[in-house]
Amino acid sequence: MTRAFQGEELARFIQRRFPDAELEWNGDSLWIEPQRVREVARFLKEEPQLVFNFLNAVSAVDYIEYFEVLYHLTSFEHNHSAVVKTRVYGRDNPSVPSVVEVWPGADFQEREVWDLMGVAFEGHPNLKRIMLWEGFPGHPLRRDFEDVIEY
Amino acid sequence: MPIRTEPVTINIGPQHPSTHGVLRLRVTFDGEVIVDVEPIFGYLHRGSEKLAEERNYVQVLTLTDRLDYVASMTNNQAYCLAVEKLMGVEVPERAQYLRVMTAELQRMASHLVAAGFLLQDLGALATPLMYCFRFREKILDLFEMLCGARITVSYMRPGGVFADAPEDFWPALDRLMGEAPELLGELEQLLMENEIVLVRTKNVGVLPLDMAIAYSISGPVLRASGLPWDWRKADPYDVYDRMQFDIPIGDRGDNYDRFRVRIEEVKQSMRIVSQCVEQMPPGPIRTKLPLVLRPPAGAEAYGRVEAPKGELGFYMVSDGSIAPYRCKIRSPSLINLTVLKELLVGWKLADMIVTLGSIDINMGEVDR
Repeated sequence: MTRAFQGEELARFIQRRFPDAELEWNGDSLWIEPQRVREVARFLKEEPQLVFNFLNAVSAVDYIEYFEVLYHLTSFEHNHSAVVKTRVYGRDNPSVPSVVEVWPGADFQEREVWDLMGVAFEGHPNLKRIMLWEGFPGHPLRRDFEDVIEY
Repeated sequence: MPIRTEPVTINIGPQHPSTHGVLRLRVTFDGEVIVDVEPIFGYLHRGSEKLAEERNYVQVLTLTDRLDYVASMTNNQAYCLAVEKLMGVEVPERAQYLRVMTAELQRMASHLVAAGFLLQDLGALATPLMYCFRFREKILDLFEMLCGARITVSYMRPGGVFADAPEDFWPALDRLMGEAPELLGELEQLLMENEIVLVRTKNVGVLPLDMAIAYSISGPVLRASGLPWDWRKADPYDVYDRMQFDIPIGDRGDNYDRFRVRIEEVKQSMRIVSQCVEQMPPGPIRTKLPLVLRPPAGAEAYGRVEAPKGELGFYMVSDGSIAPYRCKIRSPSLINLTVLKELLVGWKLADMIVTLGSIDINMGEVDR
């Protein structure tokens, strides 16, 4: 069975490496600050006791007052998993550092989040729309999206 | 004096017959050698994730059929596992066995399609594909007996399955399992040692293991690169922990290995199906649940299965209403394509089509 890391457990690892990080946890979720995403990601991948070498998925949820970007991670070496989340405030230009450098598999997934949810990823090598065409008005997976196309 | 060449950019697709659906590849060639590849998606984008937010939990199930439409059973399974996690529902044993059995039959069907189309891409026009389809057709007939549909099955439900197998299903399944080794053996004999298949696939499109992991590759493509990682074993769901099966792996990660791993997996799936038939317990096939499901507000769950194409996951968030607040689909086909550029640069046009076929994508799932 894949062991799911509890947020608190993972937080202790991160606190040891980044003593000034603001962390929050609940069950198996752990929230980190958006500006720290990339360095924490690199740490999670390289720390020998964690080795989260496989990025399952990058997801985003629109909670109206903020966007939540989630990283589902798995370690093939230790067969354990974790969920790392971050909250991004603001609806005009929400943005998170890209983790493509750490896990190249994030490439299309971050483009998809940008396309459909409108959360940008700083440092992404090719951040453009993936499913919809350039010039599409808005980001359809946002809760306040209204269909603007006339049929 | 050397001949000077200039790179040429060509659009392949969105309707090229070998592109497995409406995928477009913008490829830059230097002579016949590929120097850059950019896949362009979205021609089949239906906004499944958005549609899911406007339907109740059982209605969303029909959307999942249309993701990877050659493997609807496993899509159903992943979705049901996510919803059950969200609600904290237990599934009766018989339903779990029926799920595992149908999922494995579906895996066989999907891998046969993959193998058939790969051979089609190699230039073995129509005949081998029809051999594969003949086998798959028999599996689809079984699905029709189970639920009345062949492709968009919607067989599973949160809490169990839609209906028990009818009486004449079991003899029909026995007949298929009896003739399956022969059908597969024929295919293997014809093709696995075929000179042209070997020359065109061995050492072509090599994917090293560390690159595969870094690029989040899953499923047979990952296993062909040499890592015996299968969610059915690593994190068993339903009754996979009671099943005896091996994880076939490749040693080089080339097109041939990906092809071979799929054929071997079909054999393992046959083993699992016969174990399911042997162990099938009597009992209910569905937990009693309200007609309209309302998971607790704030609940979230990530349900995943080892789909024929890789790790298929559903990340669901509930706000306590009858429709999911968010239903994110982790599609293996899309994510496996991330590595396409690394695989293709330096190879020739003809290898491109074969390599793409060996990754085995389904556009319904890539675009969603």
